[in-house]
Amino acid sequence: MSLRVGIDIGSTTVKVVVLSEQDKLLFRSYERHFSKTRERALETLNSIRDLLAGQEIKVTITGSAGLGVADAAGIDFVQEVYATAAAVNTYIPDTDAVIELGGEDAKIIFFGGALEERMNGSCAGGTGAFIDQMATLMNVTVSELDELSLKHEKIYPIASRCGVFAKSDIQPILNQGGRKEDIAASIFQAVVDQTVAGLTQGRELKGKIVFLGGPLHFLMGLRQRFVETLKLDGDHAVFPADGDCFAAMGAALCATDYAPVPFETVLKKLEDSANTATVVDTMPPLFTGREEYEAFLERHNSAGGPDLLPINGYNGDAYLGIDAGSTTTKIVLITAGGDLLYQYYHSNQGNPVAIVLEQLKEIYKLCGLPYDNHIVIKGAAVTGYGEDLIKNAFSCDLGLVETMAHYKAAAFFDPQVDFIIDIGGQDMKCFKIRNGAVDSIMLNEACSSGCGSFIETFAKALGYEIEDFAKLGLFTQKPVNLGSRCTVFMNSSVKQAQKDGASVEDISAGLSISIVKNAIYKVIRAASADDLGRHIVVQGGTFYNDAVLRAFEQEIGREVTRPDIAGSMGAFGAALAARDLHLEKSALLSREALEHFTHTAKPATCGLCTNHCSLTVNSFDGGRRFVSGNRCSRPLGEEPSRLPDLMRYKYAKLRALHGTGSGDGSRGKIGIPFGLNMYENLPFWFELFTRLNFEVVLSPESSRKLYLKGQRTIPSDTVCYPAKLLHGHVEALVEAGVDAIFYPCMPYNFDEGAGDNNYNCPVVAYYPELLAANVPELKQTRYLYPYFGLHRPRDMERKAGEWFFNEFHIPKRETAAAVKAAYTAYDAYKNDLRSTGRAYIDRARAEGRPILVVAGRPYHMDPEINHGINDLITSYGFVLVTEDAVAWLEDKAPRHVLNQWTYHARMYNAARYVCAQPDMEVIQLVSFGCGIDAITGDEMRSILETGGKLYTQLKIDDINNLGAVKIRIRSLMAAIEARKIP
Amino acid sequence: MAKLVYDNTGRLLFTREMKEEYTLLMPQMLPVHFGMMKKLLECEGYKVDMLTTNHRGIVDEGLKYVHNDTCYPALLVIGQLIDAVKHGGYDPHKVGLLITQTGGGCRASNYIHLLRKALEKADMAYIPVVSVNLSGLEKNPGFSLTLPFVRKAVYAMMYGDIIVNVANQVRPYEVEPGSADAMIDTWSQRLVDGFQAGKGMSRRQMRANFDEICSDFAAIPVAGDPKIRVGVVGEIYVKFAPLGNNNLEKFLLSEGVEPVVPGLTDFIIFKIYNRVADVELYGGKWIKKAGCTLFMRYIEACQRDMIAALEQSGRFRAPGTFQDLHNLVRGYLGDGNKMGEGWLLTAEMLELIHSGTNNIVCTQPFGCLPNHIVGKGMIRKLKDEYPYSNVVAIDYDPGATRINQENRIKLMLANAKGLARQEPVRPREEPQAVREPQLAHANI
Repeated sequence: MSLRVGIDIGSTTVKVVVLSEQDKLLFRSYERHFSKTRERALETLNSIRDLLAGQEIKVTITGSAGLGVADAAGIDFVQEVYATAAAVNTYIPDTDAVIELGGEDAKIIFFGGALEERMNGSCAGGTGAFIDQMATLMNVTVSELDELSLKHEKIYPIASRCGVFAKSDIQPILNQGGRKEDIAASIFQAVVDQTVAGLTQGRELKGKIVFLGGPLHFLMGLRQRFVETLKLDGDHAVFPADGDCFAAMGAALCATDYAPVPFETVLKKLEDSANTATVVDTMPPLFTGREEYEAFLERHNSAGGPDLLPINGYNGDAYLGIDAGSTTTKIVLITAGGDLLYQYYHSNQGNPVAIVLEQLKEIYKLCGLPYDNHIVIKGAAVTGYGEDLIKNAFSCDLGLVETMAHYKAAAFFDPQVDFIIDIGGQDMKCFKIRNGAVDSIMLNEACSSGCGSFIETFAKALGYEIEDFAKLGLFTQKPVNLGSRCTVFMNSSVKQAQKDGASVEDISAGLSISIVKNAIYKVIRAASADDLGRHIVVQGGTFYNDAVLRAFEQEIGREVTRPDIAGSMGAFGAALAARDLHLEKSALLSREALEHFTHTAKPATCGLCTNHCSLTVNSFDGGRRFVSGNRCSRPLGEEPSRLPDLMRYKYAKLRALHGTGSGDGSRGKIGIPFGLNMYENLPFWFELFTRLNFEVVLSPESSRKLYLKGQRTIPSDTVCYPAKLLHGHVEALVEAGVDAIFYPCMPYNFDEGAGDNNYNCPVVAYYPELLAANVPELKQTRYLYPYFGLHRPRDMERKAGEWFFNEFHIPKRETAAAVKAAYTAYDAYKNDLRSTGRAYIDRARAEGRPILVVAGRPYHMDPEINHGINDLITSYGFVLVTEDAVAWLEDKAPRHVLNQWTYHARMYNAARYVCAQPDMEVIQLVSFGCGIDAITGDEMRSILETGGKLYTQLKIDDINNLGAVKIRIRSLMAAIEARKIP
Repeated sequence: MAKLVYDNTGRLLFTREMKEEYTLLMPQMLPVHFGMMKKLLECEGYKVDMLTTNHRGIVDEGLKYVHNDTCYPALLVIGQLIDAVKHGGYDPHKVGLLITQTGGGCRASNYIHLLRKALEKADMAYIPVVSVNLSGLEKNPGFSLTLPFVRKAVYAMMYGDIIVNVANQVRPYEVEPGSADAMIDTWSQRLVDGFQAGKGMSRRQMRANFDEICSDFAAIPVAGDPKIRVGVVGEIYVKFAPLGNNNLEKFLLSEGVEPVVPGLTDFIIFKIYNRVADVELYGGKWIKKAGCTLFMRYIEACQRDMIAALEQSGRFRAPGTFQDLHNLVRGYLGDGNKMGEGWLLTAEMLELIHSGTNNIVCTQPFGCLPNHIVGKGMIRKLKDEYPYSNVVAIDYDPGATRINQENRIKLMLANAKGLARQEPVRPREEPQAVREPQLAHANI
């Protein structure tokens, strides 16, 4: 028998093993391939020539990037999960389950009973590449990240679904001073949650579990999180010595069945396959040649802008602008005329406070000697994610929302500017300017934040610095088409391109073009250049990248202005705003004060209400404190003063609907899960059941803990968060020991006459059936999920009569009366909402407050779903009412979409109503993954913009940070303000 | 040139004049079925072109004019139509667009509106969009589905289903590559010629045709051992359209397995049955129920003819009837689960498993709402009740890459082989030996 060779070509690494006839490991290697897959494999094989030369060997290739290599070389391929299972069967035969994390794939294998093998779906990227990204974000190496994690004290909740989400969760914690140790451990916990939630899909992880793959092999902190989460002991958590090479070993084992080939033939096959590359999907080049590039540079370099004055030679007033962005900190010091005295642009390395401190000291030094300041800083303003923290730390005069800062800066370059697009490290901001005011704001959703930091991480993964990487793509003749979706999809698009043999140059250009397409089609939703504007200013660090700039101009077919300080426009705008304050003296910490500046950040959890906000308490010298992460002012020691908030009112009203009501509860306890359509229909069901002498038991209030309780039974990880929460709700009801759980299937909702039909969305309609099929605990109870249609009251009486008779032997006449009462109760509930809404609006008008109509689904009032957005809105001085409080004031009108869902019809009408009210604005809440809101969003925008209103959409998921939400609300406020000024 | 006429909601109508002057462009979902539908429309006096384009430009147009979070089929269909208008060599002022509209709580009912929005964005709002539906939505003076036409369409669908069914059972084994496809062409042409001559559109003639189709396909020389069978279910567009599923059938064939793709007939019956179920569940007009029941019964009878022909061919496996499927799904999903493919999708998986096709690819557009429930949502229960079922859910999306999809399908296929070894001894349905085909209705 001959030696067997297994080659595992993954998304980031190549593993090669050689097995002896006794299945013993003779050689193993684990190396990064930097997208040069075939070359890397060949190199490794060449390095073990001594071992194999002149022999007949059996070889198979496996791995996600191995398929292409295998096909091209004519070497046998075996699927990697299958190979892994083979290896585990051979080496650790009594295994119950395997968890394997690779560069970009996560896999799970269940042995015992029927073999089950699964990989993550297309959306649940992350894992190895995700950890790499996070390490880059925190400016540490992966092994440093690992060490940090072992010293954690607390774990922050971080969205575990996909890397991009987690990233937008981590960034604010970093920027607000969260401890790196805690964040590191939280990142690993997110990976664990994602794996457990995304892959087990209802099958329990128990017994002896083997952990495989690079990340689990090298990262002790990650191992620790898995072991703790799954509550495993040493005997049941197995981390084999060669856990990073198991797939390759499996491939070698699978090679047993194949015919032996001389080693030299294998080498030759791999060598000869070099030229079979076929890039199928390419796009036109960015530049046809050097000349075109030179002309392009010439045009942009002559764009003009502020002069850079030598700071030493300047005497007079100066203004400081700080942009504490998500990944970078930008600082400028300007003169009253807008000329630059000092400019700084650097990665904030996860600690913006330290960076700003160091820079301020430097600036003071440049301003002259302590007794002879030739430059006096007369104003300091800060913007960006870290605005609050920096403002408090250094006592800046002004904090302003990023959108306003950018507009101020852009108008400096082109007073006629009508469209600004800013692509930064983490955010993409686009806004239209009309009549000198920000008119329409588009921010990237958490999902599509494949912005600057993405391309940077990618460059590093391929072994390049970002500057070099971006330049690589300028002259390639065939940029590869990578699609225009989120990071995760781009990762797999790149994998595909690698498989097809695309060069690094092609990929570099392709990534630049992808970023642009993402911005134009996904964020801005533009079809032509005229949808943007005539005077377009592009800014943000990403536009320093000539490839991105060029791609942008090509895509919209129009020349744009890129200021030479494109990356510092936020800071520049802030400095201009500081100047416009016309202060006599700035409150900025003085040179002396900076000398004994200290800063410590401590994590804490607020226990003052059920929100349990994760706080970061920043303490500075002299007892100054800044608390971040809070949603209200209570942890600051102040009693929150609440403005009228109809969401809160509705929520309290619904939560009170439990107990025996007007009945005696003699027929037993009915559990009702408090989620999805129950937020609308509970008043009906409560009345119905209590009239029939049932006691109604509601499931507990939603919380992250409740979500985690049911997480492992969620079969589809791309469904919306409100639906996912239901798993925890029904489990809690089973635990509560109710006699039955009632959760009806309802394709139809009440017919309010405002649309062409009265549907619920498919998820709301049928989720009860999904729960029945996926939550094993429901077998322990009586789970009732009949189909009911409340839109036909008379039929409902009859149908309910039959159903209650069959299920509970309740006389039909009794049910009929109860149904009638239930309709009355529901009407009363609705009328109460409307009149309370009316009262709130009247009060707002009496007090001269702006009114915000929050349009979404009824279940968006769940604090765990909206993450306290309502508190945030009222804290900014708005009176909050919900869409159903005003929607009924409008009649049905034709729409440009099929208006067939009850909840959506309300939103359209609410938007139409608001258009006629000068003191009202709308914010639309959208759950991530809600397919229907892809349709309603555009329609809402068109209703509101036609009516002269701003369209603001807040996308919410299990993400727990309100950073992005704050920017949107404050931008809205700034725009409302700007509009008031004639 | 035809005048642009609008109805009172501001919708551009397809006028009688346009019927004379305009070419109607229709997307393609099932090549065989839609090819015949096209011919039928032509018999009704319309000028029709079926779009068979398949290139990246389609997705790009889609991304440009359709909200990127909208489901993939909408993006593709609209992208394909707009791509054709822009680059297909048509006079944009002389085309109308044909699109199906299902109605129902799925967002797919919005395709037509999304198409209109896209046309507006592309400055082509002057192009009339014609809804093809059985719900009486959006009427047009120049386009109507007459009862005789619907009857012919039902026949075209039945023919399409049987042809695709037998071709799928022959193609993986054909000795001469391409012979099954050649036979499809022959038969499509022959049937269409028949339609034009008014033939093949009675049940009697259909039965005879069914038998002949079976015997013609059975006569194609085949060789080799039976291959592993892999079922394909899913959202209707990505399930059927090669443009939507990255040529899934071709990929499966290249992997050396036999694809089994349940036909369109059940979906049509399902959509009609939903109206019956609505009345049963929530109340409503008995006349609506009676009318739909009658229509349903008619198609079901045609379906039974098809099954009988397949069974009696002695060569081909026959699918179950609509009622068989409906019976299988009890305990999984209720009759009211009707949005998108609804309970039918789960029923098709069950039917595949019961007929010995344990390995299934469940296709859906990324983020497809009904499939959260009826696709991915039912796999756990299937696995619990049929431990040897082997279902992989694959998402399709402009950004999803073929390599990820194919790698997951390959995993499913590797599983299939593993499970085949692990599976306890149980009667396997050996394909019956090829014998002389018996004509099912030879004496009618």
